[in-house]
Amino acid sequence: METTRQPLFGKTLNELIQLTVDLGLPKFTAGQLADWLYKKQIGSIEEMSNLSKKVRELLSEKFELGTSQPSKVQVSEDGTKKYLFVTGNHRFIETAMIPDDDRTTVCVSSQVGCKMGCLFCMTAKQGFQGQLTAGEIVNQVHSIEETADVSNIVYMGMGEPFDNLDEVLKSIEILTAEWGYGMSPRRITVSSIGIIPAMARFLTECQAHLAISLHTPFDEQRKSLMPVQLAYPIAEVVDEIRKWDFSGQRRVSFEYILFKGLNDTPVHVKELARLLNGIKCRINLIRFHPVPGTPLVSPDEETILHFKNQLNDKGIFTSVRASRGQDIYAACGLLSTKEENKDKGKSKKDKG
Amino acid sequence: MQLINQNKHELKPVNITGNEEISPNVFVVSWKRDENFNPGQVVKITADLHEPPRIYSICSGDKEENISVLFNVKPGGALTPRLSQMKSGEVIYVSAPYGSFTCDETPAHWIATGTGIAPFYSMIRSGRFSNKKLVHGVSYVNQFYFEDFLKKELGDKYIGCCSRETEGNHFAGRITDYLLAQNDLPKGDKYYLCGQALMVVEVRDLLIQKGVPFGQIYAEIFF
Repeated sequence: METTRQPLFGKTLNELIQLTVDLGLPKFTAGQLADWLYKKQIGSIEEMSNLSKKVRELLSEKFELGTSQPSKVQVSEDGTKKYLFVTGNHRFIETAMIPDDDRTTVCVSSQVGCKMGCLFCMTAKQGFQGQLTAGEIVNQVHSIEETADVSNIVYMGMGEPFDNLDEVLKSIEILTAEWGYGMSPRRITVSSIGIIPAMARFLTECQAHLAISLHTPFDEQRKSLMPVQLAYPIAEVVDEIRKWDFSGQRRVSFEYILFKGLNDTPVHVKELARLLNGIKCRINLIRFHPVPGTPLVSPDEETILHFKNQLNDKGIFTSVRASRGQDIYAACGLLSTKEENKDKGKSKKDKG
Repeated sequence: MQLINQNKHELKPVNITGNEEISPNVFVVSWKRDENFNPGQVVKITADLHEPPRIYSICSGDKEENISVLFNVKPGGALTPRLSQMKSGEVIYVSAPYGSFTCDETPAHWIATGTGIAPFYSMIRSGRFSNKKLVHGVSYVNQFYFEDFLKKELGDKYIGCCSRETEGNHFAGRITDYLLAQNDLPKGDKYYLCGQALMVVEVRDLLIQKGVPFGQIYAEIFF
């Protein structure tokens, strides 16, 4: 009878300690395991050479290593790479690696597909096919060619991180702990559409930066762009953010995709300034990358620059994010594994 | 009674007043209503404060004695298998009603799949269905929840679409097949969608393709 072995990769130190207790191993084995899992690159439990053969065999009976290599890599003319990974339940996810002068940013996915249904997003068009585990999230950093060079991680790939908060928090713990990758949480940004209770928990339990997808300050307009507005209006999201201190090193930023004639007007500038008044934040303007079947287009460069200047004049630090990897559909809003996941069954709601 | 609760995301204990299986593995669970709500709003529910709550649309009318929600049992789920076994008098934890998936008198199409019928059923039970047409898509005919009531109230403004069975007087096919076949979808109507994420984006794309401005399309999502 085939038995399913649990992945070791993705376990926190506490979980590894519990595992050693359950197996009757010395507790220090947990530290050794963390070291092999997160500080080294190995391909099997057998390679954990400072563990005895007996311990390795014991572990192999119940566990597998749990890392997985990308099944496909595409390279953009600007150096951006898009990696395709297969998840534990045989679904596909994408990860973008964006090299810059002095930094290497990895954009990780947190779900297979997405439930949020944003009008401008390619991932939304495939519906929702499942949650990623912490291991599957961290693996997107661990198993790419550039893993040793990664300077920044952004949770801006497929899915809504706050709809999978337990696993996202666990993945950040692994990435930031001394026994893990030892990254500073200030090098990690989690982007959300603003699920308020989960956002409050994230801000309580985690020191990583927060980015909120805003896209329009007007209620009715946001409802038609982002269905989440019906449940968590942006005004309430901002009210919650106002309760938190962003005057130190932790930053909050607002993502704003510009749509021609829709949200790029002086009225929007004025309302954005009113909405964000008093919050130490920045706005990242994003060029819209056309999504098939969506009646939205990007404004011209002059309009984008003018919008940016108007916001800066209002005292809100605003920049325009460079579009990267557009030719391989790795740019913002373009990640999708709809075709790869097509024959894997229909979208399912989360288990309730 | 207060319409707006300041701590609307906080959970409070309530006693179940009814839990009826209306179709195989589909239940309507109820508790006493102690505050007002707007039909179309949602509540969070959990049976165990250690488990994250799930969001469900209210399916009862706004003047009824109880608040009810419609749910189907998801095998292996944290909430619904347990909730389906709970009896009157047992305690669950619910939030105040919230959300703005609500309708006015504007002519509108209501488009739902499966248990996504709930917010529209609430609106109809609340008497708020003038100028509305309801399209309900299901896989099997026993998923046409509340069909008799809906037919009685809406008459020919109620359209059932069944994709896997052809019994009864229903449109045979998916809800997208039905909408694709319509050549006269009013472009001035509002369109309210409630169901699985994939249905929502597919129907929205289809409506836009048929000339409905995206600003007139509202979607309820569950997470």
